[in-house]
Amino acid sequence: MAEQHMTTEQYTAAIEKARALFEDLSYSYAREWKEQDPSRRVIGYLPIYIPREIIHAMGMLPVGIFGAGDRMSIVKGDAFFQSYICHIPRTVIEMALNGNMDHFDGFLFPSICDVIRNLSGIFRLKFEDKFIQYFDLPQNFDRKVGGTFYRREMERLIEGLKALNGHELTTEELNASIEIYNYNRKLVNELADLRSDFPHKISAVDFYLVLRAGGTMTVEEHNEYLEEILRLAREVDAEPEDKIRVVISGAFCEQPPLGLIKTIENAGCYVVEDDMQLGMKWIKTDIPSDTDDPISALIEAYLDHSEFSSAVYEADNPKGEQLKQQVIDRRADGVLFCAPSFCDPALLDRPLLEQAMDANHIRHFGFQYHENLGQFHVIKEQAGTFADMIKLWE
Amino acid sequence: MLSRLEGGEMTVQKENSMLKQKQMLADHFMELSQVRETGKKVVYTFVPGNLTELIYSFDMLPVYPEINALQSGMRKKSRDYIREAEDMGYSEDICSYVKCDIGMMVQGNIGPTGQQLPPPDLLLLSYTGCFVFMKWFENLKHLYPDAEIAMLHIPYQEAGRIEPDHIEYIKEQLRTEVIPKLEKVSGVKFDETKLGEKLDLSAKAEDLLIEIFDSAQNRPSPIDAYFGGVYYIGPIFTAFRGSPECVDYYEELASEVRFRVENKMGPITPDGVLKEENFRLVVEGPPNWTHFRGFWKLFYEMGAVFVGSTYTRVGGVYDDGFRHSSDDPLKSLAEYCLGCYTNRNLPQRIDLIERFITRYHADGFLVNSIKSCNSFSAGQLVMMRELEERLQIPVGFIETDLVDPRYYSYSNIKNRLDSFFQMLEQRQIMKRRMEAVV
Repeated sequence: MAEQHMTTEQYTAAIEKARALFEDLSYSYAREWKEQDPSRRVIGYLPIYIPREIIHAMGMLPVGIFGAGDRMSIVKGDAFFQSYICHIPRTVIEMALNGNMDHFDGFLFPSICDVIRNLSGIFRLKFEDKFIQYFDLPQNFDRKVGGTFYRREMERLIEGLKALNGHELTTEELNASIEIYNYNRKLVNELADLRSDFPHKISAVDFYLVLRAGGTMTVEEHNEYLEEILRLAREVDAEPEDKIRVVISGAFCEQPPLGLIKTIENAGCYVVEDDMQLGMKWIKTDIPSDTDDPISALIEAYLDHSEFSSAVYEADNPKGEQLKQQVIDRRADGVLFCAPSFCDPALLDRPLLEQAMDANHIRHFGFQYHENLGQFHVIKEQAGTFADMIKLWE
Repeated sequence: MLSRLEGGEMTVQKENSMLKQKQMLADHFMELSQVRETGKKVVYTFVPGNLTELIYSFDMLPVYPEINALQSGMRKKSRDYIREAEDMGYSEDICSYVKCDIGMMVQGNIGPTGQQLPPPDLLLLSYTGCFVFMKWFENLKHLYPDAEIAMLHIPYQEAGRIEPDHIEYIKEQLRTEVIPKLEKVSGVKFDETKLGEKLDLSAKAEDLLIEIFDSAQNRPSPIDAYFGGVYYIGPIFTAFRGSPECVDYYEELASEVRFRVENKMGPITPDGVLKEENFRLVVEGPPNWTHFRGFWKLFYEMGAVFVGSTYTRVGGVYDDGFRHSSDDPLKSLAEYCLGCYTNRNLPQRIDLIERFITRYHADGFLVNSIKSCNSFSAGQLVMMRELEERLQIPVGFIETDLVDPRYYSYSNIKNRLDSFFQMLEQRQIMKRRMEAVV
């Protein structure tokens, strides 16, 4: 009993570490990391996917920028974006203008939507002394065509980073980084499996915080942290509750507030899969880490082994089928379509995904949120009704 | 030069070029309605980064869903179409063009002329300067599962310039993805010479279009580069670029504009020639289509004329010298796509607007921020402040939507415009006083 008490305390303390990083809008971890060595550089990146291996191999710290959620009052941000534009760019620009990210040396904006794209232009105008790159990911998946284009994008990234610290990237360094990130994804996937198998052992909020910490810590520390969380979560002695199992879809960019994630769980839904930190598990396989051309390895991983996403052209692989497969793999009872207001990628996908779920007799319901949402009553009622409906009638 | 037509209750003045364009459109939609008989294949595609010359080189017919949507807006049909799409699960938050288009298709796909539009044989997704395009055609692919789909990814000008490898990327996609699909669907072999001939015709029309835009340097401006501008760009942005008819249209329009310049006439509004030019404006953002005429009236009643607009560059920017060319046809298409207005980064867009304001001697800058168009709207507030700082000119801001009538608030727009015009007037009074002192 005492041993179990100790494990629970350790687990709680470990989660608190991630929560502290989550709460820290000054990115102090990155500041302290950078201060240890004058040659170190910090590179912020927006959702969803960036080949962090490159940034790491260049001796830099990649830091995920996911907005400030409900933890910051918007004063300047609203003067940059109209009311009908999603919320995340407001808190990003607010933090940047307030100096929270002064210690960042560069910012990367992956090609996921027009808002993030144009935010890159605002950063170019407002932060002329920083390295800014809109990182255009290919929508053509032919290696000779899209692959060639993607190689140049990565070369441009490497050139831009080199201008910051003068570092000449070697094959060995990039291979080593690929290996470290392979291990990171392996641990993330293990934790995701654990969560799916025993959702009562690690809550949706805890799982989220642990993954989110990966966008703040060094990958080496995150790997150690994941090992610890895995060990502790396995040992936690918790009783399963009578809840349904759900997949959350559509929250890959602007993040739902923690209160919302908690509300879903409290309403009777175990979250057994979600896309809130999709970038952490974007590549679905190990990337070869012993080649003479690690850039090619990254290219092939992206073109052939990316997770499905609203930001990526569907081509001949319908997303509805892939979501259905996720539901089957995770033995889920239904899907919660949970997208930020004004999010073009998620909201334009939703009708197609809903149709696919209907066609496969998978229960679903949807709602919209924004990152600083403070009232969860309606969503709680809806999620609760959804859970009850499945428990009673399925 | 002018003819007077009865259009319902309102009398509208139309020029010969407008009548010509109307006939061109009627012929085009007639041809579309007859594809069952003629066997011609149909390509749905977008205005920005459109490959019209390439499509016609395969003897196929283009359809532009955005144009259908805006026409539905002007014909007061969009409200029902949008409602239909929202009933299908499309959020109120997303692009009203998409919802209008999908609603129209579900309700029978009746086009602007009242004839049914044929379904697409090919969805040519030229993904240029607007993320929503990709999602739009993913949705259409589900509505038209038998149609082929070809994706052409146009990289963004993130660094404010066209990268040589981006041109190669586009050419490779044309060679390996787009042209093979066009060949497959049409059964016609690609003919580069035929394409080149069309591109040279495009260049002629583009020269004339720029002459027309540049006429706004005159006082009074003989054109309204926004409300009138949407008519001027009609043929070149849609189904006619690369055709002799398109060149004829622009020759006609240019001669009308030259006539107005020579006679110091203002632009033609629905109520006739603008008599007095009080304010010269440059505008950023697409117009509202559901209340187009009333929206325009808010300006011409005040003697406000638009001497430059960014919306008229959305289907191609020809102001910096680019012209389609037969020299290297695929390269030419690639450069065209890359240069479209919303494919340019924010600093480039600001520079272009600055050029319009100075070149066309504008008194003020206005943003018409469109609720459902993030490609245009995200960043506009920053653009406004930048231009205000650089040029010290009055800036105005209004909000409408493309084709969702729920987001057109006459009183809000009027209030904001009244303030803006007062500001402009005050500036003019001060300027006159200063000149009197000097």
